[in-house]
Amino acid sequence: MKLAQLAGLIRSKNAGPFILTFDIMFPDDDSYLRAKKSGALSIARFAELFRCEEKHVAFFECDNARAFKFSIPRPIVQGNLGDGDMHGGQQFIPLMDIEIP
Amino acid sequence: MEEIRYVAASGALGVGVDAEALNKSLDMRPHFIASDAGTTDAGPFALGSGTAAFPREAVKRDLTRVLVASRRANIPALIGSAGTAGGDPHVEWVLDIAREIAEENDLSIRTAVIRSEQNPDYLRELYRQGRVRALDPAPEIDEAVFARSERIVGMMGVEPLQAALEAGADFVLAGRCSDPALFAALPILRGLPPGLAWHAGKVTECGTMACEGGHGGVITATVREHEVILRPVGHGLRCTPQSIAAHSFYENAHPYLHKECSGTLDLTHSKYVAADDTSVRVTGSEFIPAKEYTVKLEGAELVGYQSIMIGGIRDPFILRRLDQWMGEVQAYIYAAVERVLALRPCDWTLTVHVYGRNAVMGALEPNPSEMPHEVGIVVEATAVTQELATKAAQLSRQPFLHHGAPEWTSGTTSFACLHNPAHINRGAVYRFNLNHVAVPHTKTEMFKTEFVQLGESRR
Repeated sequence: MKLAQLAGLIRSKNAGPFILTFDIMFPDDDSYLRAKKSGALSIARFAELFRCEEKHVAFFECDNARAFKFSIPRPIVQGNLGDGDMHGGQQFIPLMDIEIP
Repeated sequence: MEEIRYVAASGALGVGVDAEALNKSLDMRPHFIASDAGTTDAGPFALGSGTAAFPREAVKRDLTRVLVASRRANIPALIGSAGTAGGDPHVEWVLDIAREIAEENDLSIRTAVIRSEQNPDYLRELYRQGRVRALDPAPEIDEAVFARSERIVGMMGVEPLQAALEAGADFVLAGRCSDPALFAALPILRGLPPGLAWHAGKVTECGTMACEGGHGGVITATVREHEVILRPVGHGLRCTPQSIAAHSFYENAHPYLHKECSGTLDLTHSKYVAADDTSVRVTGSEFIPAKEYTVKLEGAELVGYQSIMIGGIRDPFILRRLDQWMGEVQAYIYAAVERVLALRPCDWTLTVHVYGRNAVMGALEPNPSEMPHEVGIVVEATAVTQELATKAAQLSRQPFLHHGAPEWTSGTTSFACLHNPAHINRGAVYRFNLNHVAVPHTKTEMFKTEFVQLGESRR
């Protein structure tokens, strides 16, 4: 099953002008634990999908919120010439197709 | 003091205050009403230009509701990050609106105005003393950055707000301010646990965004010795343990640790349980005091002036070799601008966004080589004056129009312009230039408080 089908919400957002943060949330414990136990979400997978170095990726599993969080430095600082997503809201798309066994 | 109750009137002053819900929330006899009014989320323009992201009418409508309710209940109102960016012109703008509201509604408001815009000489001196430190990631800076900036603000914590409340302010109008500090100031001043007070502020600063169902409404918090109760007021709205837990890490790089001037809010051991159908009880949040008091800086500097052109391409012969075509067009434009305006390529910037392809995700786009049947193109010319930017944009039109595809035997018009004139002047463009903290000598030296009487005094 693809992550977008299993998760209740996948979003990206600025965490200040210099960092992008990604939240993945689940509607119930079963779906959250299924994703967590699968190991499909990891720093290595994220770095591959977003073409960045693993050392720049922060990853958190948040049991109390049934959520995962990734954070990376913005490839272009918010609002600098060339930035195409001022609020950072449309950067999560590659996460949607992650296959969760 | 057993508990402090408060109402967060809006997620952002100017987006809307639900008057009915705000009035209903007064039934809980809150100790204060507060609303955040600023953010960097819209970009660097507000800070750089000294203007707000919302129209005056919208801010006035919302602020009227907050001030009228706060005077009726005889409790303080707090507004933080005035006018989007919290610089001096932003604070003056909101103060002027508040003065008008007081006069039109016959209110007497003793107002504490807390300014957070920083003197560049003061910051340079701190920098020379090693008292300006980079966060991660941060742009490289040297001491010239302070004078070069259009405007720099310091993000205040609870301390200046508490001093204003202690001095009896009816209304605290704060410049750039930590969003949660606005709500944590009074509970902490009254001796309630900082961890719970900061956490409540973190959840409520976006208004009812922390809730599920419904829309509008207001969110309230009751901060007690061992718990916080979060409760929305408004049709269909409910706080759930997951909505509050999720919102606790919204727009933050780290889900559990949130740095403030005086320490770090730590949500590692926070527990969220339903208190009833619509409210949530939070316990276990901690606050770890910092050894050193730090103030986050936000700065914006002028990049230049911009003129843009919008259009599209549909010709499959161009689309199938778009990168090459675009490279050739850009080379023509740079050459034409140098020939006509004597602007070398390093003196101005041509930026092209190709919608339909990778304009939204840029370097993060997983499918950059996938080509749709049509692309939208935004061309940005940025130079040191508007006049030069405009002329560079004008010189960009012909190369886009008339660079054809070799498959056609004669010239075609390759670029579908959206407008006439094709260019749109955008004015000044700014960039964020600091992700640093200052280490002031005292907790108060970066923020100046002034008391102002709005409306006629009745004391």
